[in-house]
Amino acid sequence: MSEPAITVTDLTKRFGGKTVVDRVSLSVEKGEIAGFLGPNGSGKTTTIRLMCGLLQPDGGSGRVLGHDIQTERGAIKREVGYMTQRFSFYEDLTIEENLNFVAGLYRMPGRRRVVRETLQDLGLYSRRDQLAGSLSGGWKQRLALAACVMHRPKLLMLDEPTAGVDPKARRDFWDEIHRLAADGLTVLVSTHYMDEAERCHRINYISYGTLVARGTVAEVVRDAGLTTMVISGSRAGEAARRLEGEAGVDQIAPFGTTLHVVGRDGAALRETVARVAEETGTEAAPAETSLEDVFIQLMGDAQDNMS
Amino acid sequence: MTRFLSLARLWALLVKETIQMRRDRLTFAMMIGIPLVQLMLFGFAINNDPKELPAALVAPTQDRFTRAMVSALELTGYYRFIAPAATAAKAEEMITRGDVVFVVTVPSDFGRRVERGDDPSILIEADATDPAAASGAISTLGTVATEALEREAGLPQGSGPALSVVVHKRYNPEGITQYNIVPGLLGVILQLTMVMMTAMALTRETERGTMENLLSMPATPLEIMLGKVVPYLGVGAVQVVVVLVASKAIFGIPMVGHLSVILIGIFVFVLSLVILGYLISTVARTQMQAMQLTFFFFLPSLMLSGFMFPYRGMPGWAQALGEIFPLTHFLRLIRSVMLKGADVQTVAQSMAALLLFVLLLSLAALMRFRRTLD
Ligand SMILES: Nc1ncnc2c1ncn2[C@@H]1O[C@H](COP(=O)(O)OP(=O)(O)OP(=O)(O)O)[C@@H](O)[C@H]1O
Ligand SMILES: [Mg+2]
Repeated sequence: MSEPAITVTDLTKRFGGKTVVDRVSLSVEKGEIAGFLGPNGSGKTTTIRLMCGLLQPDGGSGRVLGHDIQTERGAIKREVGYMTQRFSFYEDLTIEENLNFVAGLYRMPGRRRVVRETLQDLGLYSRRDQLAGSLSGGWKQRLALAACVMHRPKLLMLDEPTAGVDPKARRDFWDEIHRLAADGLTVLVSTHYMDEAERCHRINYISYGTLVARGTVAEVVRDAGLTTMVISGSRAGEAARRLEGEAGVDQIAPFGTTLHVVGRDGAALRETVARVAEETGTEAAPAETSLEDVFIQLMGDAQDNMS
Repeated sequence: MTRFLSLARLWALLVKETIQMRRDRLTFAMMIGIPLVQLMLFGFAINNDPKELPAALVAPTQDRFTRAMVSALELTGYYRFIAPAATAAKAEEMITRGDVVFVVTVPSDFGRRVERGDDPSILIEADATDPAAASGAISTLGTVATEALEREAGLPQGSGPALSVVVHKRYNPEGITQYNIVPGLLGVILQLTMVMMTAMALTRETERGTMENLLSMPATPLEIMLGKVVPYLGVGAVQVVVVLVASKAIFGIPMVGHLSVILIGIFVFVLSLVILGYLISTVARTQMQAMQLTFFFFLPSLMLSGFMFPYRGMPGWAQALGEIFPLTHFLRLIRSVMLKGADVQTVAQSMAALLLFVLLLSLAALMRFRRTLD
């Protein structure tokens, strides 16, 4: 009973000579909302496809809902709802026809009723005869999401489900995800939004095919071991120029009239910031490190590794 | 049954394919339009009884009888003597090169024999690579020449010497007639449209990115294949009706054989075509590739099936190669049944060959089908 919804070990995938997913191991507990983060091209989509049985791994193994990802693809497909990053329903079918198609493929009982309810929940009932291709980007996302939860899957794999969706719809979407998770559904969701990452129970950060950080948001921030200082004052811009390349300074990011300065070496950072603040007549104060600061740091580290 | 094929899922696939097909107006118009346009084009191009065919005359003694005969031939409208005084060697060269379609050879004792009352003879060599083209010209020849000779010799009709015309059909001894071509066209039209349309079927999903979604849902390879192939069988049925009605109404092609045998033969042939198209679509990655593969297959089958050139006139290796195309077997079958009234037993071999294609192509397609995105 306590078997996790997803366990993969040393999952590896190569395209040509390039290793796109490199010995990734992760596990997601039942009922958990797991965030999947990482820069563009880091291998999130590829990892998700491997776990859905849509790609043949070059190494490693895994079980999804207790089924082997290489030998029990059929069972996985029946119990998992996968929402692709790119809209991949039929643009030349209407909204209703697309949903009917999906319902038919899953052999859902009471197909008509389920489709009608889904349309009503979505708020698309009056537009059901509209071609899916003519929907706006955000509405396409909402349709795709509705289509992949229609067959009541036990696990949802969502690949950037809220890209291009407005804030209100995004909030509704996350409320819905939490409601589903409370009922026992497991969700793995990839995203580039920090606020969404913070709404996940746990996050997994992947970079150049390698899993580099995992845990709750607090754990990931703590494990990064970063120190953050905020500089404020009218001459913050000048302070930024002076801080460039100084000891202990890894990131400088302006936020309106304030400046966030982040570094791994806390003592050196505090000293440098104090000096520059005095020179420019600005105020310096310690601050909380944000998840975004951590990710930017991780990305920079990965690039250093690459070169 | 449920492991490989669920009727509910197949139904969902069929509905979706049919809607998409109907909504793609251009393709749909093409599927109905192509057979008609092709039939008219090919049918009439071949039906056309060509006149003024270039001819060479080899007549060492250009006497008045020869001249009379030549001008009578020209008056029929079929012959145009572009080389009225050629040597035998020159004429041979011209017909080989294709400059002339006919070489009329009048022996040197021709005039003397007419005057003496002996039976004279002339030789007509016809380039019969396109035999239908030359047949009209050949058939008028005997009577026209005889009448011209009688007039010139001042004899009443029917009392002159019996002119014997030796016709030598070159390059293609098996004279194909019009009737041979239209049933063949049925095969060619079906082949082009059916293979091409189904070849696009899977590649379109791959190209539009909908493949990822389709594969992530529980549909088996067999269901996906049937879902793609069955709607095109319906399209094929429409085409068959169009072509059969047109060949009867416009070209007056006789249908000697049993309609049921004709239809069964067509059905198995179309089945092999759509499955071949589907196989192509499991290989091609883009619609462009699918198109190219279709033509790669289409052209040799046109050449080697016996549609363009008589099968028996081809060299042994070409005949052997021709056997690997469903069209070859279909042409044999449809011509025997439609024109010669063959029954099922007579065409059993061709039918068996077509069924074998269906079986092998289905297996290959199911094996080729990629269950993953790799
Ligand atoms: N079918 C394929 N063939 C070759 N290379 C591929 C293929 N699919 C993905 N890649 C490569 O694998 C790498 C990882 O791609 P992937 O789509 O998994 O990244 P991602 O993390 O989802 O990025 P994004 O945030 O932009 O969606 C990229 O460098 C990409 O070019
Ligand atoms: Mg991606």
